Amino acid sequence: MTDLNHIRNFAIIAHIDHGKSTLADRLIQVCGGLADREMREQVLDSMDIERERGITIKAQTVRLDYQAKDGRLYQLNLMDTPGHVDFAYEVSRSLAACEGSILVVDASQGVEAQTLANVYQALDNNHEIIPVLNKIDLPAAEPERIKQQIEDVIGLDASHAVMISAKTGLNVGDVLEAIIARLPAPKGNAEAPLKALLVDSWYDAYLGVVILVRVVDGRLTVGQKIRMMATGATREIDRVGVFRPKGTLTGTLGPGEIGFITAGIKEISETKVGDTLTDERRLAAEPLPGFKPSIPVVFCGLFPTDNAEFEHLRDSLGKLALNDASFQFEPESSAALGFGFRCGCLGLLHLEIIQERLEREFDLDLITTAPSVVYKITMTDGSVLDLHNPADMPDPVRIEKIDEPWIKATILLPDEYLGGILQLCTDRRGVQLDLTYAGSRAMLVYRLPLNEVVFDFYDRLKSISRGYASFDYSLDGYQEGDLVKMSILVNNEPVDALSIIVHRSQAERRGRALCERLKDLIPRQLFKIAVQAAIGGRVIARETISALRKDVLAKCYGGDITRKRKLLDKQKEGKKRMRQFGQVEIPQSAFIAALKMSDD
Amino acid sequence: MLPLTPWAPGFGIYIHWPFCLAKCPYCDFNSHVASSIDQDRWRRAYLAELQHGANAGAGGGHKVTSVFFGGGTPSLMPPATVAAVLDAIAGHWPIAPDLEVTLEANPTSVEAARFADLRVAGVTRLSLGIQALDDDALRLLGREHDAAGAIAALALAARHFDRLSFDLIYARPGQTVTAWRDELTRAATLTSGHLSAYQLTIESGTAFYLRHARGALPLPDDDIAADLFEATQEILGAHGLPAYEISNHARPGQECRHNMTTWRCGDGLGIGPGAHGRLTDTDRNRVATQNHRTPAVWLAQVEANGHGGLPPEPLDADARRDEFLLLGLRLTEGVRRTASQAAFGCDPAELVSAPALARLVAGGFMELDDAGLRATAAGRQRLNAVLAALF
Repeated sequence: MTDLNHIRNFAIIAHIDHGKSTLADRLIQVCGGLADREMREQVLDSMDIERERGITIKAQTVRLDYQAKDGRLYQLNLMDTPGHVDFAYEVSRSLAACEGSILVVDASQGVEAQTLANVYQALDNNHEIIPVLNKIDLPAAEPERIKQQIEDVIGLDASHAVMISAKTGLNVGDVLEAIIARLPAPKGNAEAPLKALLVDSWYDAYLGVVILVRVVDGRLTVGQKIRMMATGATREIDRVGVFRPKGTLTGTLGPGEIGFITAGIKEISETKVGDTLTDERRLAAEPLPGFKPSIPVVFCGLFPTDNAEFEHLRDSLGKLALNDASFQFEPESSAALGFGFRCGCLGLLHLEIIQERLEREFDLDLITTAPSVVYKITMTDGSVLDLHNPADMPDPVRIEKIDEPWIKATILLPDEYLGGILQLCTDRRGVQLDLTYAGSRAMLVYRLPLNEVVFDFYDRLKSISRGYASFDYSLDGYQEGDLVKMSILVNNEPVDALSIIVHRSQAERRGRALCERLKDLIPRQLFKIAVQAAIGGRVIARETISALRKDVLAKCYGGDITRKRKLLDKQKEGKKRMRQFGQVEIPQSAFIAALKMSDD
Repeated sequence: MLPLTPWAPGFGIYIHWPFCLAKCPYCDFNSHVASSIDQDRWRRAYLAELQHGANAGAGGGHKVTSVFFGGGTPSLMPPATVAAVLDAIAGHWPIAPDLEVTLEANPTSVEAARFADLRVAGVTRLSLGIQALDDDALRLLGREHDAAGAIAALALAARHFDRLSFDLIYARPGQTVTAWRDELTRAATLTSGHLSAYQLTIESGTAFYLRHARGALPLPDDDIAADLFEATQEILGAHGLPAYEISNHARPGQECRHNMTTWRCGDGLGIGPGAHGRLTDTDRNRVATQNHRTPAVWLAQVEANGHGGLPPEPLDADARRDEFLLLGLRLTEGVRRTASQAAFGCDPAELVSAPALARLVAGGFMELDDAGLRATAAGRQRLNAVLAALF
């Protein structure tokens, strides 16, 4: 057990690509956590998807031993946190387990929208913040300008910012010294009853459920009987250890320390993130504050491309939800897509990550329907219902009003793109709250309907600003809107998976875009096909796919016969994924492609 | 000419000669350019594989109704090898009196010089790879002849063979409907009875495939391709050469019997590198056969084992039904009720989805009557979509 004065717990916060994970790697290396030959990039990002996309999804922790210049040995606990708003919940958990943060800012790109969001969260957790300017070795680095920007935009004193290059290792030692000198040591009492925060938990095939904890008071020891204060469950600890970053058993953890325990727990549902662990024989008087629960704001349907995979999808979603408390799902069925699940996520990136993890870790092939938000529908009888799926929209005559969620969005961008972005925000029904400048960068604050943002806002933002705008948002209440359900009809039959709820002013634009898209996606068939967008009985857009004129194999001799037979087999298999619309069968792939949310 | 046998699928033997002088840029057939060929070894290998097929009971006691020398460029085969192959076949199997022996030939002067010898060897029908009557098009297709040479070769062939056919390739890059109508009309006056007109398709593994992928080979779009196909039907029909199969046109009675056997799901024995076959045993079990593709590998296999075949693939009832329909519906005659009854014990309509068939009949793509089930002209032109819809 280490003296509290020789412990520092800190998180690293940064905008994506500003070098957070590289700095973490370097800190581990300097402190000898891994031999050089064991180093690979982004050591803490253990999921393949994290390393490939260069983002951190789950919080990770590592203990470092640091011999400081004052001659003392310090225990540093590093929490690597996700940067994206969709994972704000994970961020807030990590931050609650630390006393300070290192704010990494790219010395050429400067403050971005995520930087701001994360700094505000760190400040909410009463963190000391050490600004670090990274990538100062690059020719484009402008450390003085960026320091000024940190002061102007965030209001943080940047005069003592540490200038580093995480890539080359330049001044990384100064970061460690600043952690010792400038971040507070944790407080706690080893003799008081045990209070430990359950920061995270996950299932490990060999160890069972592993719990990540931050001890506040008292100690955790192998053999100790613990109680989880929220669930009331009691367990005996069988392992206590820390990540360095490899798991290492220590047998005990004292105040201020961060590590893991196992306690023979089989079901992850027994471990509630944010819960307080205490000693069964010496209970703490009251639990730690815990975390704000996260509520899904974006919903979409996930369907297996092969309907036989439904049960596999159900199992996989279950496993994923264990590891990701902010994700919800419930069964859903669609005439066009078969059986699947309605899934609730914290945002679009979260949704994308979930889809990718399902496809990679569980080997599933998925169809994702257009994301939609949660609408609050007030019925004429006064009842209010939450609508997660446009297909479930009640008959409009029974609806009194529909409220939709709004967000407060912060957009930072080079001012040359301001005109285009302002136009985009206006087109998406945005209301401007603020427009300020810091040097040649503009900071826009807008209120926007979330419905418009989940559609294609982020993609448009990136394309208009050539990728230079950054964007972050927080939810900002519900507001009544003139919303209608738009259906897509193929040969006069509705395609349930394609119906969307849309603001009346946007209906025609979206309807026309969808019809044109389907026209390109649906292959020509023996019979012509009508594609229409309609609100109620009124058609607002229409396209016709003319009939196929020629489609035949020129030669069919010898080996062609077997090839053609096998192709036919494949087509028969593919038919399971077709749906009959009048005389024609439309491949599911056309609907799937139409559902792809990007490029409209 | 003897008319086509009213209805019997027959038994054909296919001989694959894998060598060419040059590889054509559109061709994905099993063809190879060899610097030298040990003709004795090759002849012995063909004879050995025929012997093996005969020993295994190929043909099930039926008379051989056709032999087809394909390639590659079989007109480069020594006529003595052709003769030896035909003699061996006559030694192993009973032979139909009107045996058809087709050989594919290129219309170059070198090969034309062998026509007489090939006739003497026993070839009764020549199929010339003319491909185009336009010199620019022939250059594009990488052919070694020009239009005048092709016409001369055709005239020479007509002196030796009663039955002649030639191939044309259309829907070539930049080809207009007007130009094709003109070219095809000239072709129709040159033919004595049979013409194959194939739409150019881009096959992977060919030189055209790469050029097409790079965007350097702009093909006619779907609508022009449809116009070209329809023009082909109209012009050849008007010249007394109606389509009897998607890409094959003949005066009645001049159909290629060997290919008809294939499309009617008769038995076929495949001999030579990469040759495919379909064989039915006395218990009516049917297999798809396929030989090793690489000439040297096939040759070594035959010398070691007596045959160059890969393990045959048994065809279950579904596979047999699928082949029966995907091949039979290519034919203008369609699939016969009698053939369906004989092979599957039911009417052809019972082989497919009833609602799908009803939609296709109502849409004018299929016809069903006492004789059998067939695709209409409109249906044949869209046969891929029709077949996909049928199951």
